[in-house]
Amino acid sequence: MAAPRTMLDKLWDAHEILRREDGVSLLWVDRHLVHEGSHHAFAKIAARGLKVVRPDLTFAVVDHYAPTLDRTKIADPKIARMIGTLRDNAQAHRLRLFDLQDQDQGIVHVIGPEQGLTLPGLSINCGDSHTSTHGAFGALAFGIGATEVAHVLATQTVWQRKPRTMRITVNGTLGPGVTAKDIALNWIAALGTGGAQGHAVEYAGSAVRALSMEGRMTLCNLSIEGGARLGMIAPDETTFDYLKGRAFAPGKGWEKAVTAWSALVSDEGASFDREVVFNATEIAPTVTWGTSPEQALPVTAAIPDPARLDPEKAKAADAALEYMGLQPGRPLDGTPVDQVFIGSCTNGRIEDLRAAAAVLAGHRAKVPGLVSPGSAQVKAQAEQEGLDVVFKNAGLTWASSGCSMCVGMNGDQVAAGKRCASSTNRNFRGRQGPGARTHLMSPAMVAAAALTGTITDVRRFLGERAA
Amino acid sequence: MAGWTRHKGRAVFLGLDNIDTDQLIPARFMSTPRAQGYGQFLLHDLRNDADGAPDPDFPLNRRPDASVLVSGRNFGTGSSREAAVYALVDAGFRAVIAPSFGDIFAANAVNNGLLPAQVTDEAQAELAATLGTGTADISLDLETRTVAVGNLTVAFDLDESWRTKLVNGWDDIDLTNRHVDEISAFAANRAKSEPWAFPLTSE
Repeated sequence: MAAPRTMLDKLWDAHEILRREDGVSLLWVDRHLVHEGSHHAFAKIAARGLKVVRPDLTFAVVDHYAPTLDRTKIADPKIARMIGTLRDNAQAHRLRLFDLQDQDQGIVHVIGPEQGLTLPGLSINCGDSHTSTHGAFGALAFGIGATEVAHVLATQTVWQRKPRTMRITVNGTLGPGVTAKDIALNWIAALGTGGAQGHAVEYAGSAVRALSMEGRMTLCNLSIEGGARLGMIAPDETTFDYLKGRAFAPGKGWEKAVTAWSALVSDEGASFDREVVFNATEIAPTVTWGTSPEQALPVTAAIPDPARLDPEKAKAADAALEYMGLQPGRPLDGTPVDQVFIGSCTNGRIEDLRAAAAVLAGHRAKVPGLVSPGSAQVKAQAEQEGLDVVFKNAGLTWASSGCSMCVGMNGDQVAAGKRCASSTNRNFRGRQGPGARTHLMSPAMVAAAALTGTITDVRRFLGERAA
Repeated sequence: MAGWTRHKGRAVFLGLDNIDTDQLIPARFMSTPRAQGYGQFLLHDLRNDADGAPDPDFPLNRRPDASVLVSGRNFGTGSSREAAVYALVDAGFRAVIAPSFGDIFAANAVNNGLLPAQVTDEAQAELAATLGTGTADISLDLETRTVAVGNLTVAFDLDESWRTKLVNGWDDIDLTNRHVDEISAFAANRAKSEPWAFPLTSE
């Protein structure tokens, strides 16, 4: 009998064209997603006189530089050039482009699944580290750099050494107000931002099984913040239900596809290089206090005192607290914020907007904020449900879709010294703008922060709202 | 890309862990064409104050001649932006020595001839102690996988395939094109056995 295989083994074997003597594999790429930031890669293939070899498997989207407030004119010539360059490249290579006015435009990691471009069993690459998102469907998905993007454009393949395997099992049931975002911040805080380096993470356990596709995407999305280039979850009925009928999902071949996808599970007895287990009931709404995603704590905790941390972490904590303008020992809950942001490939999906709107409904926010849906489809759905009215009545700005204030490339930035409660993925120094102070948390927690103008345990509001 | 086996230069120590790609090059500079050079953007917001004036105490400002950076763990964590590597390369760096690297950063580095030399925590501490706030002559050898500063010689880890690539200056597209028949055969077979994997043929 064949040895039990992990899900990674199965995905890898299905895409391995060859393996060199040095152990590096040449992998077939089923879907290649490009965006404005891919300009270096297009320039590289142009310099060699090469064309995109599989335009039918290559999809382009305007997201990183997409204006969210006014799309009729782009004032900044640099931003206009970035979007123009993608248009030119998409046209020259005959790529399907999800352009600004397209009703299917959105953040690449939101629209891939939404369009059914992301499917179980596929290999998916994109010049963006949050490509790990697509692993939520049981795909082999990882971010690559510009040289590798150029390579995929030219050959539809990528060279890669097979990563080691790691299984993160989350057992039990999440408490009210606790989300996939909290599972992710929790494990990254426990293991560190380098904790899963060199590994492909498979998420398992009853708490993961119970997540919607939106939650699973949030979890896999944040794998890279723990150092893992890949995150994945075995496909199941939740996955198939989400995909059925999507624009690019198989039509008449659906049943056969589902049969093939259903086999994409780690076999009983398959061994992982590393196993970590968490208990869902012990996870609280989690917030970052520093400048690295590993600097995260339950909202009920106090801001850490570097003097009490081990010396290795103390120096970084000191620097982080100084940058963040925070006092050690004070409770995290109650820390004043200047503004909020809801959106991004991490937490810009319909379920995220519903969770935030449920907390805000009928109330005014104490601080200003921006809500940028993850895609034009998410935006339309939210408007159909009246969520836009909830956000607008709360005093928040309802915007169009793009990477927006997560990375600030389109001009949506947090000013220097300002503190933002944000549903995004990176609290790095200056990530949301030079000098900006970012606290990562779930969309519901961001909504709670908007209501009180401070970092707030969202569970306080759940009794009085639809929880 | 030109290959290399040995490098002699000056090393500088930057004693921070988790230097992420947003530090290596802030996003607002990334719309710049590469031809303009990315060296000026390297660690821009750490090296300069809010008005853009250089901080004279920042290691890279004190030692602009450095070509080897010794740094803390998890160097290059964060995004896939290859521009982080361009900033280092365009500023004259040939190697970064650290206890660990972000996976995507390390791959990007090798694709641009920049060595991500992984050393133990102990070796990093020894190098840091030797360098202090100054610089020192350093030599790197990809054949022996060692780095030497004065009397101190330490070994570094480097994936064999990456070592070969750095030494030969190989370009992956040329290598891959030797396998064009195998790729075509694989694609044809996949279209037959997994038609659902191809969006236009599965309709």
